[in-house]
Amino acid sequence: MLSRTADNLYWIARYMERAETAARLLEVGARISLLPSASGYRSDWDSLLRASGNGAGYTEKYGVPDQKNIESWFFFDRDNPNSVASCITAARENGRIVRTALTTQVWDALNTAFQELRQIEARRGVQELSRLTDWVMRHSAMVRGSIDATLLRNDGYNFLNIGYYLERGDSTARLMDVKYYVLLPQVDFVGSGLDNDQWSMLLRALGSHRAFHWAYGGEITAAKIAHFLILNPQSPRALITCVAGMANHMGRLAKYYGRETPAQAAAQALLSEIERQTVETIFDEGLHEFLLRFVGISARLGAIIHDSYLSGDM
Amino acid sequence: MTTYFNEMYDGASVRAPYARLGDWTAAMPADRRLEKQAEAEALFRRIGITFAVYGEGGDPDRLIPFDMFPRVFTNSEWGKLERGIKQRARALNAFLVDVYGRAEIVRAGRIPAKLVFQNEAYERAVAGFIPPKGVYSHIVGIDIVRTGPTDFFVLEDNCRTPSGVSYMLESREMMMRMFPELFRENRIEPVDRYPEVLRRTLASVAPAKCDREPTVVILTPGHFNSAYYEHSFLADLMGVELVEGADLFVDGGFVWMRTTEGPKRVDVIYRRIDDAFIDPLCFRPDSMLGVPGLMDVYRSGGVSICSAPGAGVADDKAIYTYVPEMVRFYLGEEPILQNVPTWKCGAADDLKHVLANLGDLVVKEVHGSGGYGMLVGPKSTKAEIEEFRERIKADPENYIAQPTLALSTTPTFVEEGIAPRHVDLRPYCLVGERIELVPGGLTRVALREGSLVVNSSQGGGVKDTWVLAE
Repeated sequence: MLSRTADNLYWIARYMERAETAARLLEVGARISLLPSASGYRSDWDSLLRASGNGAGYTEKYGVPDQKNIESWFFFDRDNPNSVASCITAARENGRIVRTALTTQVWDALNTAFQELRQIEARRGVQELSRLTDWVMRHSAMVRGSIDATLLRNDGYNFLNIGYYLERGDSTARLMDVKYYVLLPQVDFVGSGLDNDQWSMLLRALGSHRAFHWAYGGEITAAKIAHFLILNPQSPRALITCVAGMANHMGRLAKYYGRETPAQAAAQALLSEIERQTVETIFDEGLHEFLLRFVGISARLGAIIHDSYLSGDM
Repeated sequence: MTTYFNEMYDGASVRAPYARLGDWTAAMPADRRLEKQAEAEALFRRIGITFAVYGEGGDPDRLIPFDMFPRVFTNSEWGKLERGIKQRARALNAFLVDVYGRAEIVRAGRIPAKLVFQNEAYERAVAGFIPPKGVYSHIVGIDIVRTGPTDFFVLEDNCRTPSGVSYMLESREMMMRMFPELFRENRIEPVDRYPEVLRRTLASVAPAKCDREPTVVILTPGHFNSAYYEHSFLADLMGVELVEGADLFVDGGFVWMRTTEGPKRVDVIYRRIDDAFIDPLCFRPDSMLGVPGLMDVYRSGGVSICSAPGAGVADDKAIYTYVPEMVRFYLGEEPILQNVPTWKCGAADDLKHVLANLGDLVVKEVHGSGGYGMLVGPKSTKAEIEEFRERIKADPENYIAQPTLALSTTPTFVEEGIAPRHVDLRPYCLVGERIELVPGGLTRVALREGSLVVNSSQGGGVKDTWVLAE
């Protein structure tokens, strides 16, 4: 397959997953803002911006964070390359370029999301946040589902999945980090009722609330959550699941093409490292520090994938 | 008041090819029609068949209006068209091989040397080169208008990269999906083997150095191009890669494409970009769309380029007037399809006539395309005509003029119901080892009442074109 085609497929997946992250971040923020605010802790919306990794762009455009502007920024704003609107448009454009590498169903799912987005943009301002985030989840699931149900299991399928897993791992890490920023100034909240409410909301926003209770039962604690979202291979959004997914699809590519790549080695190395971790070692390092490190490694891995498969120079 | 030939009616009676469409329209009340129209539009948008008009902003994903009322030819009408089109395609290719070789037609004084060798589209870079199978123009789009039951005229030839064939295929697909009963009642020749024939045609002109099943690709300027949908559509139906310039590179006398498995050799390039952009080392140095070094590989027989660079000299509007002469000169036959009578403003007598009759004529720029830069005399205001008069006087050689043709009409769905609208026809003739033509083409329709301009950039739409089986 053309390297550029592989690149477009990989970015379709990354942008769709990124759109979902923007929606989930908004949902976490909105839910946290519904909690009775304890005196003196910093703006929850601010924490959202910091976790998104693109706070500077917002500040430049709007200044002080407030709910309405944040919603605009995360959902509609084309100046924010990570907004839902930017991501869905970019995913669909990447799809249009490689229309021939997609099935009708996959294209239809991407294109329908885009056409509906334009209608939503035209009606802008009258919709509830929860409807918007539901809308994103629904279309993201439709694209993902049509890929799984209709696409040939060839190299293109592997590139799509590598994109999905890479972006999803990054997203889980960033969402967990929102929680860190909320808690940072008030260490005495740790273990309090408020703390538990916040963890619970994070789970809800990740769509993992029930799954978590099935898997662990009882009290929500930081340790259980860290285990669930980082180390538990049963959890679909856990970092370990995402890294294992990437390693798996790179392994399939290696078999398909009959050659190993630096990207495959890097994914394997990351997987081995996470497999060695325990909740204790992560907390010793510091959850925030660990997550930050993961996001960094993940970005470097993206660069190696580009060099190994997508640049066409080999 | 000019009377126009209506392809469906002969006075009060319905002409034979349209016989079964009368009942169909009678059984189509306004609400069903609107419902179907909406269905078609939704389908086109979902599939992504859109086009963009250059430099106008607005909705980048514009749909070409699709009219559900088909345009119908009998088998014998088509037979004559087919013979005429193939004859013309042969003559045009013979002309191209000639003018890049010994230029016998110029030596024989049948066409002025200046018109050929000083033509902007004449590529000195390929002089002396004969492409595989002696074919320069592999896809010849010939625009045809009709003025009466047996009167067909060629309006212009497109020898470079005629577009629109995806609309021919999709219009048919749409009609079969929405009105299957029509296809049971009428015996309509299928057009869907076009991509297969195109692929075979392209493979048949693989270069001499290709010693295996040739790898064919389509070269597109990219996804911002207005015809990108068509490029990807054809690549998909032919099962070939759709590449951009940056996906290709030259090495060791061959052209390669960058793939996830390393470089893969390319043998035939169906390019949908202009000559000027295909190789920055040979043509425009600022082009980002092409492949540096491509022309060297081409001239040394390492790759075929379709249509061949330089093919444009045959479809120039000034050269057009000489095509009947080409048919006689190269084939020793009389032209089956006639040209529209044309005045060359470069000739003093013609210019005088044109300037005296501007109000009745259509004046076109010699190198213009897409319905831009033309004057339709009878539809223009005095001021527009006077403005154009000055432009012609300033550069007479840049213009030709033709009578306002009484373009035929076919019934078309309009807001008030069904009304006649003017149409033209572009069939796509494929030239490789063989010359082939699928029975059909693109019918363009001027949707505005009274308008004679069918270009999609000027408010034109498309129709399905039927050729009835015998």
